[in-house]
Amino acid sequence: MEFRRHTLANGLEIVAECNDDAHSTGVGFFVQAGARDETDEIAGVSHFLEHMMFKGTPTRSADDVNREFDEMGAHYNAFTSEEHTVYYAAVLPEYQTAAVELLGDIIRPSLREEDFNTEKQVIVEEIRMYQDQPPFGADDRVKELYFGNHPLARSVLGTVESVTDLPVGAMRAYFEQRYSPDNIALVGAGRIDFDALVATADRICGSWKPSAAARELPSATPHVRFECERKETATQEYVLELTAGPGADDDDRYAAKLLATILGDDSGSRLYWALVDTGLAEHASLGHYDYQGAGIFMTYMSCAPEAAEENVWQIAQIYTQAEREGITAEELAQAKSKINSRVVLGSERPRARLFSVGGNWLQRREYRAVKDDLAAIDAVTVDEVLAVLARYPLSRCTTLAIGPLDKMGAPA
Amino acid sequence: MTAPIQSHCYENGLVLVAEPILSLESAAFTFLVPAGCAYEAPEKAGLGALTCELSLRGSGSRDGRQFVRDLENLGVERGESVSISHTSFSGATLAKNLFAALGIFADLLRRPHFPAEQLEPSRAVALQELRAIEDEPGQKVMLELRRHQYPDPWGRSSYGNFKTLEGLKLDDVRGHFQRHFRPNGTIVGVAGNFDWHQLKDRMGELFGDWAPSDVAEPATGATPTRHEHLHHDSNQTQIGIGYKSLPYRHPDYFQAWGAVGVLSGGMSSRLFTEVREKRGLCYSVYATNHTLRDRGSVLCYAGTSAERAQETLDVTIGELVRVAQGIELGELARLKARIKSGLIMQQESSSARSGAIARDWYHLGRVRTLDEVGGIVDGLSCESINAYLAANPPSNFTVVTLGPSPLEVPVGVS
Repeated sequence: MEFRRHTLANGLEIVAECNDDAHSTGVGFFVQAGARDETDEIAGVSHFLEHMMFKGTPTRSADDVNREFDEMGAHYNAFTSEEHTVYYAAVLPEYQTAAVELLGDIIRPSLREEDFNTEKQVIVEEIRMYQDQPPFGADDRVKELYFGNHPLARSVLGTVESVTDLPVGAMRAYFEQRYSPDNIALVGAGRIDFDALVATADRICGSWKPSAAARELPSATPHVRFECERKETATQEYVLELTAGPGADDDDRYAAKLLATILGDDSGSRLYWALVDTGLAEHASLGHYDYQGAGIFMTYMSCAPEAAEENVWQIAQIYTQAEREGITAEELAQAKSKINSRVVLGSERPRARLFSVGGNWLQRREYRAVKDDLAAIDAVTVDEVLAVLARYPLSRCTTLAIGPLDKMGAPA
Repeated sequence: MTAPIQSHCYENGLVLVAEPILSLESAAFTFLVPAGCAYEAPEKAGLGALTCELSLRGSGSRDGRQFVRDLENLGVERGESVSISHTSFSGATLAKNLFAALGIFADLLRRPHFPAEQLEPSRAVALQELRAIEDEPGQKVMLELRRHQYPDPWGRSSYGNFKTLEGLKLDDVRGHFQRHFRPNGTIVGVAGNFDWHQLKDRMGELFGDWAPSDVAEPATGATPTRHEHLHHDSNQTQIGIGYKSLPYRHPDYFQAWGAVGVLSGGMSSRLFTEVREKRGLCYSVYATNHTLRDRGSVLCYAGTSAERAQETLDVTIGELVRVAQGIELGELARLKARIKSGLIMQQESSSARSGAIARDWYHLGRVRTLDEVGGIVDGLSCESINAYLAANPPSNFTVVTLGPSPLEVPVGVS
């Protein structure tokens, strides 16, 4: 296992965790472009653009792109988040160069207007699909309530209206600005020939002109709100709660993950025993999510509507009790063994390591081997977990309920 | 490219199949217990799911909390499910904890407590899961499709229904456990980093004295109506289409499977290209070969806005019918490339392999190595797949829709 890095003259960075024992190779372009880089006028453009990358380039039609990936037997896809857009492929090692050539070509797309209009319909279908599925867009809405005017309040998908009204010119301008080589990392994991990776990147990406893309990182001011939204077609009630947590650049994020595991993992946690094991809720969990300059804890609970108010009250009790009485050493040890095992199991596939290596690089310009993460988890103490809870109390949160109920009492 | 697969049948009929993969740091296991929902009486639908849930709430020397705590301290990621034929319990952990984890599951399978005070919470969990499906229209339409595609009990959903779940008693659970949790018919797949001889001995200690019993196979009933619309006030209409195919153990299975691979798989496959890429009709469209032991079907899904649902159904069925005219060399080459890399990447996951080898044994009574599957795939040709398609053109479609208004099933194709 060896970490290697190189930077092209135009600023494009190449980083890889090279593992000669792996059966396969994961490669991907990680672009610092996401919903937080958008404005109201272009809401949803990052994700729409991700779809357009598969629609062809000056030298390849959309059919060529899909066909060539399939000819390599590649497992390939792309995804967009608040902060990043990632294009990746897992292939057998002999296809490393071909996969990088193809990925590198598609992120210099033609952005033809006819394709743009066809793909718009697919995006609208995707938004409508999520509107029919729980929690019916509530994850976007609760972030909006919590973050207010902060860029992290922005929805990755945008809305049916914003996507429908988007002109192709605005997408082209956004592309020119965000897909600058100094805003992109080429990442590899698994069986990687690093010298060949650099040579391919230089040949395919070396002529890309940098545009010095920047990102605003204003500090977030959380808003405490309570909202109940009626969704007539829903069967279950869905409740989401947001509070502040450590951000991506904060070393406390490991203690935050352990805290979330102890209180709200989907098995064996305090929320689990109180609400899920008892059958009071279908699901109840707490997760920690970190972004550049901000972090959140999100509680997610679903249950029969008549049980919702009581369950929300119970969650508040669990959080208040933890804030008052703390956690035990035994709980921390159990959470550590659980997370450690997940880290190891989740690291066996090169494509899983690809996301870890790429994510760490974009967030912190940092390489972390599996053993570094394991050591960081092992080192967390009960006091450190309690310090996180003291700094980021969970009991005072922004809450959104969505489902058959038209009103619900806020916990006192 | 792959390690040899080991197997052993204990005297009581329990089968252990194992694939040591020493390059991994993990080990994973899958227990297939012959206690699927096909064995439930119709008035006790959901009994398998309730028994599975209650089995987690105390066994051997542990109560439900100690069971979860011990597994979490061993770092075991676990999952349970009930299918038509089996209740399955699976887990993955660091290799050094494999034997300790298997010991805990031996208690679960052989010595569950089924405590009376846990019946109502378990029932509440089963009811919550049933309610949750009502909010997942895509999942619901595929459950309904299977119910209309296969004769009962082979198309059942394991979730049961509100009426039957409400009526289940603790004696029902105990009876279901006593009849169906048995060594003969149970298959255990283990994959990852372990020593085969030690594993075989350990499993013998844990399960060797488990007494076998015999259970009659369920009788096959009538096939329900083939077209159904379920009303739902949603943005989208969900479409499920089914037609007859072959089960995994049929000699021509891979021909049928290759034909479906051309329809759906990579992004250059026909359904993705025609329905999504060219027409922008939907975000998600796929077809998959669903196999039971003695019968198989192609199950196809598309979800789209209500106003474009009719066109989506027409175009999708049009592609299903058109594939009978034959597939092309390029399509076959891409299919083979995708399968070949998929087989090699399967070696990187102990969980994927433990489930795959257990299911292979269930269907075939033996396990195909990845090399053997690779050989079969290499042997596929356009001629062989097209001959299969000419003799078995997709037709006689089962169509289930869920959305604001019903659709017309194209005339002349069903």
